[in-house]
Amino acid sequence: MRAAVLVFPGSNCDRDLAVAFRNAGFDVEMVWHKDTDLPGGLDIVGVPGGFSYGDYLRCGAIAAQSPISGALKAHAARGGYVFGVCNGFQILTETRLLPGALLQNAGVKYICKTVTLRVETTDSAFTNAYAAGAEIDIPIAHHEGNYQADADTLARLRGEDRVAFRYLDAPNGSTDRIAGILSENRRVLGMMPHPERRAEPAHGGTDGAALFTSLSEALVNA
Amino acid sequence: MRATVTVMLKQGVLDPQGEAVRHALGALGFDGVEGVRQGKLIELDLADGTTEAQVTEMCEKLLANTVIESYRVEMG
Repeated sequence: MRAAVLVFPGSNCDRDLAVAFRNAGFDVEMVWHKDTDLPGGLDIVGVPGGFSYGDYLRCGAIAAQSPISGALKAHAARGGYVFGVCNGFQILTETRLLPGALLQNAGVKYICKTVTLRVETTDSAFTNAYAAGAEIDIPIAHHEGNYQADADTLARLRGEDRVAFRYLDAPNGSTDRIAGILSENRRVLGMMPHPERRAEPAHGGTDGAALFTSLSEALVNA
Repeated sequence: MRATVTVMLKQGVLDPQGEAVRHALGALGFDGVEGVRQGKLIELDLADGTTEAQVTEMCEKLLANTVIESYRVEMG
């Protein structure tokens, strides 16, 4: 199984994401944003957290126009898997691979703490190793995590079982406490919380590890 | 030549920053500030002959996220 992790100027969770993929059995290649092609034979592309391009203009907006972005969109269009965390989720909405947008937190403050999420669907390669309705503790660290979308989009997300995770509390003002969503083909996941920061005992908990083992099990059987 | 692009959150999209500014104005004793919306103003220095349609395309592709933001272009 092969994964690539994109690296933008200002990415700061790229190595954490690579470690989580490796621990789940993936060979991982880091791909610089100025590259125009992804490595061949990839199963999944990880879009990491951080502050790509200093969050200039809008979080993720410049990254969404960077040279590697075309290859990322082509990978998704071919049915490839994509996993965006935090700034990666923002980038995926800016590329329109996922609907909606992430606005400033309703409390206008940067929030860095561990929160409890509910796994809302196990019907995806990212979540199939979790129990339905499982409550998991995962850290968030963001200033723009307030998920907003129009009423039609929200109705589709709910109707098509595409809300992957919800916050138990409402830390950032997200509509319907949405923490992560899936694409229509269920192969693109974007989420604000950081499962890669809660994936081994030294992190203080391992609730995020099942996301990566879900992927490795799903992809090895694919 | 110059173009000025104003980008604002769409009506109906909560603007927490504008809301915080409104509260702060009230705390300073400015009564009657009923709403504050904060946006961005982007000035573009452009080669002569650049059209408004080209600036609009810039807005659609990068300067605004039309999922949540509206924009206004003023040429010259």
